[in-house]
Amino acid sequence: MRKLKRQLCAGPYIVWIIGFTVLPILMILYYAFTTPDNRFTMENILSIAEPIHFKALLLSLRLALECTVLCLLLSYPLAMILNGLKIKKQSFIVFIFVLPMWMNFMLRILAWQMLLSNNGIINSILQTFGFSGISILNTPAAVVFGMVYDFLPFMILPIYNSLVRIRTEVIEAARDLGANDIIVFFRIILPLTMSGVISGIIMVFVPALTSFVISDLLGGGKVLLIGNVIEQSFMQGMNWNLGSGLSIVLMVFVIASMAFMNSHTKETEGTAVW
Amino acid sequence: MVKKGIQRFYLIVIFLFLYLPIAVLVVLSFNNSKSRVNWGGFTFDWYISLFQSRSIMNAFYTTIFITLTSAAIATVLGTLAAIGISAMRRRGKAVMLGATNIPLLNADIVTGISLMLLFVKFTRLGMSTVLLAHITFNIPYVILNVLPKLNGLSQNTYEAALDLGATPLYAFYKIVWPDIRPGVFSGFLMAMTMSLDDFSITYFTKGAGIHTLSTMIYTELRKGIKPEMYALSTILFLIALILLLIMNYRSREDTVTERRS
Repeated sequence: MRKLKRQLCAGPYIVWIIGFTVLPILMILYYAFTTPDNRFTMENILSIAEPIHFKALLLSLRLALECTVLCLLLSYPLAMILNGLKIKKQSFIVFIFVLPMWMNFMLRILAWQMLLSNNGIINSILQTFGFSGISILNTPAAVVFGMVYDFLPFMILPIYNSLVRIRTEVIEAARDLGANDIIVFFRIILPLTMSGVISGIIMVFVPALTSFVISDLLGGGKVLLIGNVIEQSFMQGMNWNLGSGLSIVLMVFVIASMAFMNSHTKETEGTAVW
Repeated sequence: MVKKGIQRFYLIVIFLFLYLPIAVLVVLSFNNSKSRVNWGGFTFDWYISLFQSRSIMNAFYTTIFITLTSAAIATVLGTLAAIGISAMRRRGKAVMLGATNIPLLNADIVTGISLMLLFVKFTRLGMSTVLLAHITFNIPYVILNVLPKLNGLSQNTYEAALDLGATPLYAFYKIVWPDIRPGVFSGFLMAMTMSLDDFSITYFTKGAGIHTLSTMIYTELRKGIKPEMYALSTILFLIALILLLIMNYRSREDTVTERRS
């Protein structure tokens, strides 16, 4: 009886889910499978095979993959160093990585645009030290750079959280039994942080795959991602059916990549990001 | 020794990577030149003209209104939902958590578009549609912050309180609330951060003539950002820094108890 009463607390949320999560998805499905005059069609979905769309999708997948790998390579050692600092207040670590988000991300990306530009600060510094300048702006590499910058916290925090949770006794026990650093890392630390790594990968890969602002800013309009194609079909081309169709394709890729990641972990719970 | 040195160096590099652009924006907010590349001397002018710029101040008020309102509503709905979900059986729990993950894991752009398609069908895009959209993507963050605290809670104490004649509300306030409070607060904070930093979903669900700071920045990107925007961002960043420092200091006790358990 009491349990039922408590379950009822979720009532408003259930209504909310139906109204603002399920219904919108049905709407996008409807648009994706119809023509502007409401007839059924598969054309919107199949238009992903058009060279320009397909190229954008492939490029998005490639850049998102590069960004995820870079984030992982940067974050894992960082999380281990942070964990090694033995800071009592874990919230302080979270704080350091969340704080930049309070400055609008487009302005921060814009600042990188200034820093990286041909006569920007970084090149001036490089040149004073006798190096030749770099010109990565308006290339896919710049877009990856921006993505890594923007999404790095989403990789660091889950890995750090799962590292903190490992009890030192476990590692000491392994050492007492004769394991060296390498064995401890591969047999104890890595498996125990896998769930953090997986949530990190998902938290970085999905936004990287679907972003359109970063490519706009750092790609200089030359890097067309699938997100840009969708955005343009809604805001410029006014072809909502096409945009919905491509969104569905994108959604399928997101779901597929998550299913792939989940099939490679035994743990179903995953690690919360914060 | 060498290992320590390398570690320090790596930390500093990552820290620079994260905070260098912020430093650039802060410097620009004091730059007495409309150009982004030249340093024209130190000035406070942008901080003064900021408060006279109606368009920026309007966008600022809109942003604050949407951030606070959506985070508050999402916190109430999300906390209630978490309480409900924690009382559910396995099956119901799994379904609810799955549904909660949808807006969290779905691409921003798809969430934005799907909500827009819904809104244009039934109403007109405006401020309220942005608010609804923000609440929608904020609730999951609250739930995911509150739920773990509820799971660690003993059912029996609450039931005992009821048996001893406490009203459910009183029992909730005395027994459940103290334990979930840190989760509720961090959920609220998360929701605020996400709402403040959101661009894509706002961009698709807002009506014409309504601007939050991020959509305003997006439209300004092509014709050049007004220096006042840097000034405002600097102020906001400082406020966030101070607020988070205070909260960090105050939540110290919670962290200690958490570690022990």
